[in-house]
Parts: sequence; structure tokens; C-alpha cells
Amino acid sequence: MQPDWPGQVHRELAAAGVRVVGYVPDAGHKQLIELCQADRSMRAVLLTTEEEGIGLAAGAWLGGEKTVLLMQSSGVGNLVNVLGMVQVCRFPLLVLVTMRGEQGEFNPWQVPMGQTTARVLETMGVAVRQAGEAETVAAHVHTALRLAFEAQGAEAVLIAQRVIGIKSFEEQRGE
Amino acid sequence: MKLPRRDVVSELLRERGELLVIAGLGSTAWDITAAGDSPLSFPLWGAMGQAAMMGLGLALAQPRRRVLVITGDGEMLMGIGSLATIGVQQPANLTVVVIDNERYGETGMQRTHTAEGVDLTAIAAACRFKHAITVTAELVSLRELVYRTQGPNFAAVKVVDEKLPLVLPPHDGVLLKTRFRRAVLGDSADVLAEKR
Repeated sequence: MQPDWPGQVHRELAAAGVRVVGYVPDAGHKQLIELCQADRSMRAVLLTTEEEGIGLAAGAWLGGEKTVLLMQSSGVGNLVNVLGMVQVCRFPLLVLVTMRGEQGEFNPWQVPMGQTTARVLETMGVAVRQAGEAETVAAHVHTALRLAFEAQGAEAVLIAQRVIGIKSFEEQRGE
Repeated sequence: MKLPRRDVVSELLRERGELLVIAGLGSTAWDITAAGDSPLSFPLWGAMGQAAMMGLGLALAQPRRRVLVITGDGEMLMGIGSLATIGVQQPANLTVVVIDNERYGETGMQRTHTAEGVDLTAIAAACRFKHAITVTAELVSLRELVYRTQGPNFAAVKVVDEKLPLVLPPHDGVLLKTRFRRAVLGDSADVLAEKR
């Protein structure tokens, strides 16, 4: 049986004192989003585009609170210009990215951004950790939390598509 | 009638007390600096479209303080979705003021969407801002909105499309961030947060 990585990640976020969770709805993050919404110590903020999360996180940090952003790999492309501010101001940043365009992707239009997600982040100064198995996600998040908020780092954890489950057209129809 | 932008911003920031201010890049960053630089101001030099979202993050983190976003119409248009995001969160302490000259002032005064009749105030009202007004003359109600009225509040202030001398704030992002956090959080700004 797969370990309960969303539950483990939620416990890591809570233990680190994360108070704001910016998210764009995503099937891979469904459980984690629901855990954060149910957690009364956290404010889950629904975004219209991933870019808004960068402003949200920066503003919350100016006011003394920690933010984590949840998105899928396609959304990383929407962050590029505003990551310049993260770099120039050394704002702490933690982005948890569920991957599309990898193993068993059913939608070819997801592939280009999925294949370049890590490179795009690294190009804009965000350190990337690859969580390839469900067992390793929480440990990567633990490390990234420390680097983001104790060393003012910009950090991303990429959660592989095989961890979140592979979408097929049949599954989509059944939803 | 259209108002002179620097007079509007100076009047808004007069006796500002504990008010926290985020200014969008370009003219509004110069406007708040012309009114008097402050550690409780965060002028943006980039991240176009994110001023209102930074105001939201700040308002959520500091619910007991009033937060004001001052930005231009072009900057607001680039982050127009953030009005919907703020409308869902309903921060009572946040006001977004758009200094609307209907022009992209930094790039040669090209006309923006608001010059063609796009109504930012109507958009904010439709996004569930509690109060959304367009200001063309007196500023009393605007100060009331920023300092006292339960938000989220929105105002578009129609201003003259004048080109004014640049009054530049500090541009070191780390300095701007650190001085702001120290001014808001005191000594704890520089100390590793304890796990709660």
C-alpha cells in the first residue's frame, strides 16, 4: 500500500507553522488541499492563476507568516516573471508541484511544460527536489521547509506523476 | 473631473499612522515616495500584476492593521484575476486604490483598457468587494474607505495623465523587505521563528 504522503506533508506544513496555503485546483493535490482547508490554523487561498501565489506568499512574509503554494507542473510556466521578485528580494518560497507530462500522461499537450518544469524553475533561481516515490515526498518537504524559511531559500518539490497516479481518458470519463 | 495624482496620494498617506502600504511598479511607486518614504511602504520595482495579491497576503498575515494597495490601472489590469481571489477571501482590513490615468505611463503614455471604457470599479463590485467606488473629485470618502470602512474596499481614482519627475524609492529588494518586516514585526523579524 502507498504511504499517505498528503497526510505526512500536511503534518510537516503544520509543524513548520505554515499559515497560508495558496493553491490552484489540481487532481494530484486534491487530498492535501482538503487537509489544509480543514485545518483551522491554515488559510487556504484559491488562486485564479499560479502567479498570484507568488504575490500572496511575498505579502504574507512581509506580515510575518509562512506560505506554501500547491500547483501542477503546467502552472510553473505562469510563474516565470514574478520569480524575479523572489530572487531580488530573497523572499522565502516553497512550491509543491505535482507533475504532468511524465509516465503514462494521456494528454500530449501537458508534455512540453512537464518536461521543462525543473529547468524553468532552476533557470529562475528555484532549487528543485524530485520526489520520485511516495515514501520520499514528506522528507523532501521537510528539508525544503527548513531551507525556505530558515535560510530564505526558493525551493520546489516536484512530485512525480507515478506517485499521484496516472490519469487515463477512461478515468477522466468516470470522474 | 480628473485629479492630480500626487495630490491624491499625498492626501491618502497624510497622518498614515500604522497603515501598511504596497505600491505597484511604476508611477504609483514614485507617487508614494514623493509623499514621503517610509519603512511601512513596500514599493514594487517589478512583479507587474502582483500588487493587489501582495496586499492580500499582508492583510491576512496582519489582520489587526489596515493595508492599502496603491497601484496603476495597467498594473491592476495585468492582475485582474486577483480581484476575484480577494473577493473570495473577504479581508476586512484591505483597500485597493487604483490611480487611474488611463495610460501606461512608463512606456510612452499608451492608452489602457480603462481609456476605452473598461470599468475596474464595476469589476471589483462584481468580485464581491464590499465597497467599490470611482472617485473624480473629493477625497474625504476615499480616506474613510482606506482608514475605517470594513473591506475589502476598492476605489478607482481618475487622475490627470501627466508625466511627473521621478521620485525613486530604495531599489534594493532585500533592504525593502527587511526594513518593512522590522517595522511591522520588531526584533522578531530577524529571529528564526519558533515552531508553534
